[in-house]
Amino acid sequence: MSAVLETVSPQKAVTKGAILIEDVVKIYDPEGASVMAVDHCSLDIPAGEICMIVGPSGCGKTTLLNAIAGFHDITSGKISMDGQMLCGPGKPMAEPGSDRIVVFQNGALFPWKSNLDNVAFGPLMQGKLSKKAIYEKARGMMADAGLSGTEDNFPGEVSSGLRRRVEIVRALMNDPKVLLFDEPYRALDSLTKSVMHEALLEIYYKNRVTIFFITHDLEEAIFLGHRLVIMTSRPCRPKKILTVDIPHPRDYSVLTSPRFRQLMDETIEVVHEEARKSFAAGEKEG
Amino acid sequence: MAIATPIEKALVVPPRRSAVRRFEKRLLSRSNLRAAISIVLFLILWEIGARSKQWTGVAMPWIGQIPAPTAVLRVWIGLLGDIGYWQSWYLSFGRVLAGFVAAMLVGIPLGLLMAVSKTFNGVAFPSFEILRPIPPLAWVPVSIIFWPTQELSIAFVTFLGAFFTVVINVVGGARSIDIRYFQSAQAMGSSQWDIFRRIVLPATLPSIVVGSSVGMGITWNVVVAAEMISGGGSQSGGSGGGLGFFIWNSYVGGSYEQIVVGMISIGIAGYICSEVLRSLGGFCTPWMKKR
Repeated sequence: MSAVLETVSPQKAVTKGAILIEDVVKIYDPEGASVMAVDHCSLDIPAGEICMIVGPSGCGKTTLLNAIAGFHDITSGKISMDGQMLCGPGKPMAEPGSDRIVVFQNGALFPWKSNLDNVAFGPLMQGKLSKKAIYEKARGMMADAGLSGTEDNFPGEVSSGLRRRVEIVRALMNDPKVLLFDEPYRALDSLTKSVMHEALLEIYYKNRVTIFFITHDLEEAIFLGHRLVIMTSRPCRPKKILTVDIPHPRDYSVLTSPRFRQLMDETIEVVHEEARKSFAAGEKEG
Repeated sequence: MAIATPIEKALVVPPRRSAVRRFEKRLLSRSNLRAAISIVLFLILWEIGARSKQWTGVAMPWIGQIPAPTAVLRVWIGLLGDIGYWQSWYLSFGRVLAGFVAAMLVGIPLGLLMAVSKTFNGVAFPSFEILRPIPPLAWVPVSIIFWPTQELSIAFVTFLGAFFTVVINVVGGARSIDIRYFQSAQAMGSSQWDIFRRIVLPATLPSIVVGSSVGMGITWNVVVAAEMISGGGSQSGGSGGGLGFFIWNSYVGGSYEQIVVGMISIGIAGYICSEVLRSLGGFCTPWMKKR
């Protein structure tokens, strides 16, 4: 573990997966009672950054994620990756692709496939490698993530924490440029969560992909992120961008550092204001 | 292992137990004991009720008219050597199987098609919904007119019994697949065909299993009634026309013990079918039972 951590310093050796969001607007149901979910949102995420998107429930964070992933269209604006347009004028919806993989809120492992088959699924679909090579790689990556011994189990047979880890490994098997996390640890208890955070960072230090991570857990956000983008309540727009100047690699001792507390306090103030607005507006989970 | 955190030791998955030990444990389980007690108790009460007239001089209402289990057993043992009796089993099983298999073969693709294609569903669903509430037995006369042989008409009615249930379950199962499965499969580069084969099909399997076991139950209901109505589809007379006809024939012939034998036979036959189906279903959906 320490060998891995020593060799890596942040913002290095990464040349892929920069996401540029320019003036994106998303209005649901433009004909009828239109609801603005994303309001002229601009955001520049350099390659290899862990960018934490923080905001009150239902503020439209997931809408933004779906636009990047290619699950939903945008009304106007432009999203590009490494200078190439994903969606924008004339092309409202991006195509889903293996360079942008979503790790979902409650997990979307295929319950009918063993963990190993889940992990091997992407490369098998893409057919870039031989079957043997794929399974070799899958076993290797699972071992690296501490998942040895669970290969032949179904996802339903292992703990939710392990399941989340399998899902991240499945995502990484596609060699994505960007990982899109939609509150992946929301359903986990706080102890499992803390283990998952360290595991995610370990995996990140090895793989160095851009991470777009939606959460409303502030501790999680500050612990993991290079930057925090605090969103306004619906419609969603960056309200404040906070750089977390605690150097990576981090471990859980960071949580008790004075700087961490200080950042927490700063964030809570901003977020609480938005949360109150959102609550007053009667927004529901979404 | 490059990174082994202590928590991994706590999260280790227990190994699967051997099949033999599992079977042993299941055979001697508390629930099986309870099942045995249930059946024995039922038989004792039945015997007492049926013999009440003989023993006390006063017949218990309703149950006093029914032949006692010991009497039934005696008749049954006599029937075990009777080819006609086994012929009834064979015929009913054949009809149930034919109707059921046909319902699966037609129902599963139809259900999947209805779930996958909006256009097809729009065209097929209204007619389907009008035909669905018609009880299979209402089809008996039409079926006898339509089909060239009695055998086919009974099989057809049996088919209808399972068909609608299978289709409804398949459609429901395929429609309720989590959209995130499609999204992640698509993102990982799956083609439409891959998504159908690797997502839609396995995700619908549990519903197919449920639909088929419900359908199988209905199939037995229907086959017995159809045999009674149509006279068993056998020209040979006697007890050669399926278990339903066997019961009817025993009633006409005045052998009450044989009626009960027929009824219990159907119970056993149905039980065998659902057990086979259950283990088949478990085999097809191994991820379902280990939750």
